[in-house]
Formats: sequence, C-alpha cells, structure tokens
Amino acid sequence: MKAGDLIGFAGGAISAHRLRSGLTILGITVGIASVVLLTSIGEGVRQFVMSEFTQFGTNIIAVVPGKSNTFGTSAATINTVRPLTIDDAQSLRRLPNVLAVVPTIQGNANVEFEGRQRRAMVFGVTHDMPVVWKMDVRSGQFLPDGDFTTGRSVAVLGAKMREELFGADNPLGARIRVGGERFQVLGVMESKGQMLGFDLDDTLFLPVAKAVELFDQEGMMEIDIVYAADADVAQIVDTVKRRMMQRHGAEDVTITTQDEMLEVLNSVLNVLTLGIGALGGISLLVGAVGILTIMTIAVTERTAEIGLLRAIGARRAHILGLFLAEAVGLGALGGIIGCIGAVGVVEAIAFLVPAMPVRTAWIYVLASLLLATLIGLASGIAPALRAARMLPLEALRAE
Amino acid sequence: MIHLEGIRRDFRLGEQTVHALAGIDLDIAAGEYVSIMGPSGSGKSTLLNVVALLDRPDAGSYAFDGVDVTAFDDDALARVRRENIGFVFQFFHLIPRLTAFQNVEVPLVLASVPVAERRERVNEALASLDLSSRAHHRPNELSGGQRQRVAIARATIMRPKVLLADEPTGNLDSVSGRQVIEIIENLNAANGVTLIVVTHDSAMGSRASRQLRLVDGRIDSDQRR
Ligand SMILES: Nc1ncnc2c1ncn2[C@@H]1O[C@H](COP(=O)(O)OP(=O)(O)O)[C@@H](O)[C@H]1O
Ligand SMILES: [Mg+2]
Repeated sequence: MKAGDLIGFAGGAISAHRLRSGLTILGITVGIASVVLLTSIGEGVRQFVMSEFTQFGTNIIAVVPGKSNTFGTSAATINTVRPLTIDDAQSLRRLPNVLAVVPTIQGNANVEFEGRQRRAMVFGVTHDMPVVWKMDVRSGQFLPDGDFTTGRSVAVLGAKMREELFGADNPLGARIRVGGERFQVLGVMESKGQMLGFDLDDTLFLPVAKAVELFDQEGMMEIDIVYAADADVAQIVDTVKRRMMQRHGAEDVTITTQDEMLEVLNSVLNVLTLGIGALGGISLLVGAVGILTIMTIAVTERTAEIGLLRAIGARRAHILGLFLAEAVGLGALGGIIGCIGAVGVVEAIAFLVPAMPVRTAWIYVLASLLLATLIGLASGIAPALRAARMLPLEALRAE
Repeated sequence: MIHLEGIRRDFRLGEQTVHALAGIDLDIAAGEYVSIMGPSGSGKSTLLNVVALLDRPDAGSYAFDGVDVTAFDDDALARVRRENIGFVFQFFHLIPRLTAFQNVEVPLVLASVPVAERRERVNEALASLDLSSRAHHRPNELSGGQRQRVAIARATIMRPKVLLADEPTGNLDSVSGRQVIEIIENLNAANGVTLIVVTHDSAMGSRASRQLRLVDGRIDSDQRR
C-alpha cells in the first residue's frame, strides 16, 4: 500500500464523521493553541526584557557591594560589608586595561528653578556615564572629567526634567537648586525613554562627590568599569577582585560581567517560557484522551470492515498503519489549526498593539506541531494494535 | 488447484466440541464449477472459509495451486488471498463510506497498483457488471443486487484463480439472485475461473457441473453432471 493511499484512506475515515472528528480535533487545537499563545507571551517578555538590558554598553563590569554567587546581595553578609566608596572607584581607575570607571549613587531630591519644583531621581555619576549607559548629550556638555573626590556644583538634566523646569527656555548656564544647594546647568541629555518602569528622562545627574554630600551617604550603589575591547574579561575580573580584597580586607563585593548578566537573565526567562508552555501542555492531555476514546470507538464500529480488509488480503501491518494514520491525522490537524489560530492572534496583537510584549515563539510552534503529531500517534497505538490483532473471520462476523 | 486431505475443524462450545469438519478429502481442478449443499450447520461455510484461507484447520493439510499452505504465516496467507482468491459474501461486506468505485478499488490499493491502471481496471469491471452509472454512489444508495455486483467486481478485480461464494443470493430477490449467479457462472465459463458456490437452494446448486453434499462435517455425496 502506498503512503498517499494510506493518507487518503485515513482522511476519508476522518471526514466520514465530521462532527465527532471535529470535536476530537478541537481538543488538540485548544491545547496546541494555548501552548503557542503562552510561549509567545513568554518569548515576548523575554525579548522585551533582553532588549531593555542590552541598551547598555558592552565591555562593562559591574561591582556591587555584598558577596553573592548569583545576582543580588545575600542578606546574611550585608552587615560585614564595607561600603563601596569613591576612593574604591578612584583606585580601580588606575588598573591596567580599564578605560573608564563610573561610580553611581542614587537618591531622590527636590529640584527647583524659579519657583517651579520637581521631585526627581538624582544620580551621582562621573564624566564617563554616557558611555556606560549609552546615552547621548543633546545640548551643552556632560559632567567634566577629573578627580572623583572633588566635584563642582554643576548638573546635567534629563530630557523630561528640562521640559518640566524650563519649557521652551534655554536651560544652559541657568542656576537650579537641588536639596537647597545651587547648581549650574551644564547640559541636557537626549531622551532615553523608559527602562523597566523607570523614566530615565525624569532625572538629574550630579558629580558623584556632590551627590555623596547631598544624600549624606558614602556608599556607592554600583561601580561600573569599562574595559578595553581586546582585553581578557576573566583577567580583568580577577585584578578588580584582588584590588577590592586589598582595599577591604575581604571579598565583600560581587563582580558581574555584562555577558554573565545577560546570560543569567536569558536563561531565567527561557525557563519561565518553558514552564508556562508546559502548563498549556496539560490541556493537550485532554485532547489525547479524546483521540484515544474516538479511535477505540472507531475500531469497535469498524470491526467488520477490518475483517473484510483482512479477507481481501490486507496484512496486519496495513490495518495498524490505517488506524495509526487516522489517529496521527486527528492530532496533526488539531496541531495545524491550533498553530495557525494562535500565530494569527499573536501576530495580530503584535501588529495592532506593538507595545504588548508578545512575539511568536517559532521554535515552540514547530515543537507543538511535532507534539500534536506524537500525541496522535501515542493515543492511536493501543486501538490500532487491537485492530491489527483481530482474526479476519471473527471480525467479519461482527455486525 | 485445491487439494484437501483429512481436514478437521472443531469448535469448542463450553463442555461440548462441535466437529464442524470431520475429515474432508477433496480435490478440485482448475476451472471447475462446484456447488456445496447440505443442511444448515453441516459445515459448508466452515469448509469454504478453510478453502479461502480465512480459517485454519485443526488437522489435515491443504495445498493451493500445488503449494502446501498449511503452515503459512498470517502475512503469507494474506498475500495468497489477495492475489489468488476472490470471495463473495452473503452480506456483501462493502465499506459504507466508500463509493462503489472505491470499494472495488480497495484490493488494488492494498496491492500498490498505480493510480492510472487502477482507474482503468475498476471502470472496466464496473462497466462489465453494468454498474458504470453507479460508480460514485455509496452502498446505501444501491439496491441489494447492485451491492452484490459491486462485491463481485471487488472479488474479481485482482483476477483471482479461484472465486468463492457463500450463499451469494441469500439476501437477494429471485431476479437479482439469478443475475448474480449468471455473472459468476459466466466468469467460470468465459475466463476459466475455478468457482465454488455454497448454497442451500437445490435449483441453484444443480446448475454446477460438480455437486458436493455435506452432512455433519463430512462429504456425503460428490456428483458430476
Ligand atoms: N466460530 C464458531 N464458533 C463455534 N461454533 C461454530 C463456529 N463456526 C461454526 N460453528 C459451528 O460449526 C458447525 C458448522 O457451521 P457452518 O459451517 O457455519 O455451517 P453451515 O454453513 O453449513 O450452516 C455448526 O454447528 C456451527 O454452530
Ligand atoms: Mg453457512
């Protein structure tokens, strides 16, 4: 028997019972569609988060206070941690292959200009911040280079901050008050937009030493190090670690490379996608039971047909193949319809509402098509074997 | 063509054992026309099923066309059935969702005959049985006589050496029954197909050139005309 005839015969059997086959296929369709939809949401979130993070420069190492083996600090060690200081940053700056160092401290403060007030996020940074954060200066200039430990009373405005305080006026050279102290506006940043809910434009940048005074807090939130593109990352991480141990007397910082950070994030998000995909997979179980039930009924109903086929010379393998093809057909049809439907919905959402983080997870679409086919096959095995094992004469007599 | 020696077939029904075939010795030559008659329960169908290789005897040996098939396995028997034996049943046994054309085509499909050749052979067979206009009708749209003619077309589409029929007119009115009998007799007369017909109708049985009578699983008489 040829493959084309096998498919034709099985297809004929499926379409002979439109309603019942349709319902069985629907069971698989729902399962596959939910897998594809859920994984597409997962993939959308992954792509969204990853693109948010890759906005930052590469060749960057972050040093944060507290020792931990993955992201974040562990609460148990926080007490013994010495704060990261401007002096630490100054010292790291002198290491070989280090191109720039940006200590960062963050807080909130009142920013005031001619009676207009605004409470905003204030960052204490240094001259090289735009390199690390991949931000551009729109007008004027960024904070001047020089000794980290002394800073002039100058400030750079985020795009939105400028808008709110100055409107159409030229802010360059104007004097604003931050937390009661006077600062001269040196420049304005290009708009950067939102990042994970933070408005990076509603900000103010001060020299780090001034921010330390303002917040009356010595510890840096983070020190970012830009290293030479041709340098060996592991080696740099090592020298940074040794320098910090020298200065603090213990290993009380966590050093993360940009690659590591993205890798960990990516794998976490991938596991998340897989997890919700598996959740959708549970509904496939219902579909599988549907195919098993329908195929069991079909074999019983068509016992006489099986006997006839055997009588006119069909081998057991023929019978097995016919019923398996039917079960696989039900599964695959459900898979195809489910995938088309779900991909259609996802693409429509992505097109109509680009802000929604849904992106078709093609690898999961392919995987679920395969899965639907395998489910059909698995559900069909027991009924098909029963059909193939029937004795021709006994099967013929049924009716 | 068919050589049976000491064929026995027993059925166990609870405590009792029914000897459906109690030692059958039979030789049927190629091209013969044999009718099998006898009272109900005498073993006619059982004998025909053994000859058709649908049932295995409990004892005895069977040579088909000079080949001992007694020990053939399932798939080998299926092959002999497909290529050499046509079977016409009392209850037609057409597949309800398939058209007349498709029902006749099934043996060719199983034998992987190319599509073009299939179409030609099926159309020819349907035409010779005056069924061309019914080719695309399903069995439930056909009369009993038409259904049995479709079944005959299917049984003969592989050009078998032997055609077996178990009460082929049992479910037909006398006119279509007569038609069916004439068709299969013509296959014997014109094409030299070995024909074995089981019937309880003595008028029909007496048309055969050789008439067997079974009683209690044994051959009671074997007459030639
Ligand atoms: N599958 C079976 N199981 C049990 N008994 C059977 C079976 N087939 C036939 N028999 C018995 O064998 C005997 C012969 O049956 P059968 O060949 O059908 O007779 P006939 O066709 O001459 O009427 C009967 O007594 C019948 O009851
Ligand atoms: Mg009978």
